[in-house]
Formats: sequence, C-alpha cells, structure tokens
Amino acid sequence: MALVELRGICKSFGTVTAADNVTLDIESGEFITLLGPSGSGKTTVLRIIAGFEEPDAGTVTLNGVDITHLPPFDRDVNTVFQDYALFPHMSVQDNVEYGLRTRKVPKAQRAQQAREAIAAVKLEHAIDRLPHQLSGGQRQRIALARAMVLRPKVLLLDEPLGALDRQLREEMQVELKTVQREAGITFIFVTHDQEEAMRMSDRIVIFNEGRVEQVGTPEEVYERPATRFVAGFLGASNIVTGELARKIFGRTATVSIRPERLRLQPVAYSAATGEIAVAATVKEAAFVGANTLYIVDTEDGVRLSISSTNTQSPGHDNRFAPGDRVLAVWHDRHIAEIPAERRHTSARGKYE
Amino acid sequence: MSDITTNSQPRSVRRSRPVSSYLLRRPKLRLLSLLALPMTWIIGVYIFSLFLLLITAFWNVDPFTSLVSPGFNLENFSLVLTNPSYIATSVRTLLIALTVTLVCIMFAVPLGIFMAKIARPWLRNALAVAITLPLWAGYLVKIIAMRLVFTEEGFFNWAMSPIGVRGPGFSVPIVILTLTYLWFPYMALPVYTAIRQIPPNLFDASSDMGAKGFTTVWRVVIPLIVPAMIAGSVFTFSLSLGDYLAARFTGGATQMIGSIIAANINLNPPVAAAYSMVPITFVVIYLAVARRTGSLERM
Repeated sequence: MALVELRGICKSFGTVTAADNVTLDIESGEFITLLGPSGSGKTTVLRIIAGFEEPDAGTVTLNGVDITHLPPFDRDVNTVFQDYALFPHMSVQDNVEYGLRTRKVPKAQRAQQAREAIAAVKLEHAIDRLPHQLSGGQRQRIALARAMVLRPKVLLLDEPLGALDRQLREEMQVELKTVQREAGITFIFVTHDQEEAMRMSDRIVIFNEGRVEQVGTPEEVYERPATRFVAGFLGASNIVTGELARKIFGRTATVSIRPERLRLQPVAYSAATGEIAVAATVKEAAFVGANTLYIVDTEDGVRLSISSTNTQSPGHDNRFAPGDRVLAVWHDRHIAEIPAERRHTSARGKYE
Repeated sequence: MSDITTNSQPRSVRRSRPVSSYLLRRPKLRLLSLLALPMTWIIGVYIFSLFLLLITAFWNVDPFTSLVSPGFNLENFSLVLTNPSYIATSVRTLLIALTVTLVCIMFAVPLGIFMAKIARPWLRNALAVAITLPLWAGYLVKIIAMRLVFTEEGFFNWAMSPIGVRGPGFSVPIVILTLTYLWFPYMALPVYTAIRQIPPNLFDASSDMGAKGFTTVWRVVIPLIVPAMIAGSVFTFSLSLGDYLAARFTGGATQMIGSIIAANINLNPPVAAAYSMVPITFVVIYLAVARRTGSLERM
C-alpha cells in the first residue's frame, strides 16, 4: 500500500477540466514532483491532496484511510505555498508556532519546537522579525519551518522556489533536498521547471491538460518518454513520425532522439557497427559556450537539432559551417520509440 | 505668426509664460498658491470657530436676561464637570457611542467575511449596494423611519405580537439601534474592503495548519483588519458622540450631550460651549489611543 493513493481524480472549474482521471501512487519517503506547463492540473491535484479542493470524482487515501472529503485541518499533510502565505502580523516565531498552537501543544513545548525548527533553517537571528522584514529566501525558509514543525506525513510544496532569483533557487533546491532526505518526510513538489524537477526528484509525474502523461525516475522520463508531449517537454528532442521515421530510422513507431546523442561527421566518415549515418546539410551553427548547436537538413527533408559538446582545446573541435555537407550519425540504441498516442486513456490503469 | 511656424520653432524660443516660469523658480510661492484655499478653510473657518467656542466657554451670562458678556470665569467648566446630571449624561453618551461602535463591528465583521469570501459576485455587489443605500437617504428620514418601526403601535410591536414580544419603547437601546443604523456603512465598508485585501492563501494556510473557521477569524482575520475597524470606529464613535436628534426622536427621555448643548444654546451659550468641550475631549483621547496602535496612518 502506498502512502498516498489517488484513484480516478477528476475536477472541473466551469468548462475547464483541471484534472482528468488522475491515478497515482506516492510511496513513503519519496520526493515526487508533479511537473507540467501552467494550467496542466498539477496544482489542482496538489490542492486536492491538501484538502483545499474537493474532487468531482475519485478518492484520495492517506495511509489507507480515505481522506477525500476531510477538511484541510483534519489531514496529516502540510503545505508550503507559492508565495509563502506567512501571516504578516505575526513574528517569525508566532508564524512557526501557529500550527502547534491550534493543536493545543503546551506553551513551553511549542516555543521549544518552534525554536528548533527555526534553527534548522538557520534563521535564529530573525526569530522576532515580521515577515516583511525578511528577504524572499528567508521567507521561503520560514514557510518551510512552519510546515515542517508539524512533522506531517506528507509535505506539499506548490512552486515554492518560483519567486526566487536563479542563484538562490539553486541553493534552495539543494537545501530542500537535504531537509527531505534527513527528515524522511514524503515531499510532493509542484513545478513547471523541468530542470528543477530532474535535479531534485526521485520520481517525476508529467502532467498535460489535466492528465498524467508519464510517471518515472528522471532518467526514465528523459530517456524513454512515453508520449510525444513528454519527449518535447523534457529537454529538446528530435521527433520523427510516420513514413520518414521508417525511412531514416527504420522504425514504424514515432521516434525521438536527443540532440546530444547525434553527432556530425565529415562525409568521408565510415560508420561503425550499430551506427547509422545519414547525409545532411548544415543549415545553422551556433556556438553557445559548452556546446555548439547545429540545425541540419537530411536529404529526405528531415530537420534535426544536434548539440555537440566542445571538448577539445579552442579551435580544435570538429566544427562545421552552414552549407557544409556532413553526415548525421547516431547509434541505434539511442533512439527512443514513443508508443502510439494514448490520449484519453493515458492515465487510466497504466501506472497502478 | 501662424501656428505652423510657431510649432516648427525650436523649443527654446517658444513664447514665454511669465507666470509659470516665475513660479517655477519660487517653490514656496508655489506651495502657497496650492494651499491658499484649503488653509483659509481650515484655519479661517474651522479652527477659528472652535477657538471662539472655547473662548465663549469662559464668558459670563446674566441669569435673568441671558445676555452674554465677555469675561473670564471657570464656573461653566466646573458646572459641567461636577454637576451629577451633566456627569451622568457625559458617561451615558460615552457608553452609547462605544456600544454603537461595538455593535457596528459585530455586524460588520461577519458580513464582511461573507461578502469577501463566500458570496458570489452578484450577491456581493447586491450587498454592497444594500449597505450604501441608506447613505442616499436623508439623516432625518432614517431617524423618522426608526421612530415608525419602534413606536407604540409601530411595525416592531405589530410583527412581534404573535409571539408575545414587545419592543422596549423609545429608550437607550433604541437610540443605540438608530445610531447603529445611521453610521453602520462607515464601519461596514472599510471592514469589508480590508477583508477582501487579505490574500486568500492565508485562509488556506491557516486551515492547513489545523485551524478551524473560528480560529482563523480570531487569529488571522481580526488582527489584520484592526486598522479598518479603528478607521470605521472614528466615524461611528465621533458621530454618535455628537448626535442629539436620534436621542430626541427615538430616545424618549434619554438625554445625550448634544441634547443638553442644544437646550442651552440660547439660554446659556457659555455652558453649551463648555459642555461641547466634553465630546471634543473624548474624541481627542480616542484618536490619541488609536494613533498609538498605529492604525491612523493606514486610513
């Protein structure tokens, strides 16, 4: 039995379907990320787990207990909100004590626990400040401390790093991951940032238009995208379908191959075993530091993006210019086949 | 010179504007011209007449002819501060004004929460109109309306007679109700606006951390709308303190400070002037207390 089980969750707002038959198991202690573009239903699913929304259909169980219709204050889950939702009239200490106070923890004990939680996020010096006297990163930490002090079974995080600048966000990613590992609490993390999702998660759930497209480890969803949407959403990909896929890749299914798995070689290159080489013409070449990005057209008119890592000393990499005749080379095992599109049935039953 | 040629001239040789350029270099003069009208009003009419009132309070009055003659005596003040019926009226007025304020708050907070957080948009707009609608009616009209409702053969007694309940008749409770009716919009609107401005996720966060509705209202909503309640109470409190027509038409024998001032204004103007210092003092104390809470800056 998984810690959190979602079964056939549906939710509409007016004519907009926010969640369409979402079924998902979340294991105890894992860091799972709900990833998708805005409006894909990931936040709605999070709010249904928190209890802020009731699903139109389906059930939510926590530890085997049906909590679908329980109000938020009766659920053993806590939330870190997108813009922190700290109480502006309360000091850091009072904010962190709030949940303990509603649970009638004695005064001395809750002060002690709050101090420990604030110390855990290294903000002891700010304990008497008001939220508006804190920086964005500090507020973020207090929001985390306020939720963690209640020792929930599950912590829900709704794009908690969205408002931070890039450098701080990367620091907080590491910090969150550390906190999660040390406390052993299940984190359900919502983001639209695929890099953030890959970096932090044990598993990623990819949402699109209210449906679950794929569930898997970062490596699984990247290397073996189950749908065309996943292949296109997670990093860049060359997606080729139908007749062209058969002609160039020798596959009947839709295929996806990552730009970094393609190489360019001079026309004189002879392919090794398992390698496939296709003649092409360079259309564009852009040096972006660590990589050079090429766009080439094959003779069959398929346009491919290729990312070539600049590993040699300056000026010694095999570089091509627009107009050059080249060979686009890849290894057969780097091709990912995307199963036939399974719209509307993608979530149902597949991942149970 | 035609318009076209003027427009084609460079900016530096444009026709000069003597007044504007003169003022531009003299910031103090500019400030003066900005403030001339409002300052004439505030100092000339408002402060000056209050000052005259204060002076009058020290003057003498002939007990037979009611003729007022300038002078300096403190008897008027000592009368107002020592006479038991004056003291009782001051205390009664203060309590009525405080009660009106409290009743307004008790009505405004749940109504504001309902309007801001629960009501659908059409209902919210309908309620906002309903709250402000009484402001469109005249002050006396509203007092007479209350009189009609609570008079001996009025609507209240008629509607309540099947269950054997009778209204209290014209007395202090009806004065409080009337004043609440008169000043409620001044409390309801700022409170509603303040509740609307509370970010919705604070409600989610409170509930997420185990607080039920009442706890959220008590620990989150009320503290955040204190400035709005104080802003509203400045109106409900000071307007109630100065009112005398509500007491006169719906209070039966109830006397408020205003009733006594009104009764003395011809007979003994210095006493009326001295007594009118009492509500002014109450309001000043009230504002000083409100200021200490830091709420006035946000009005």
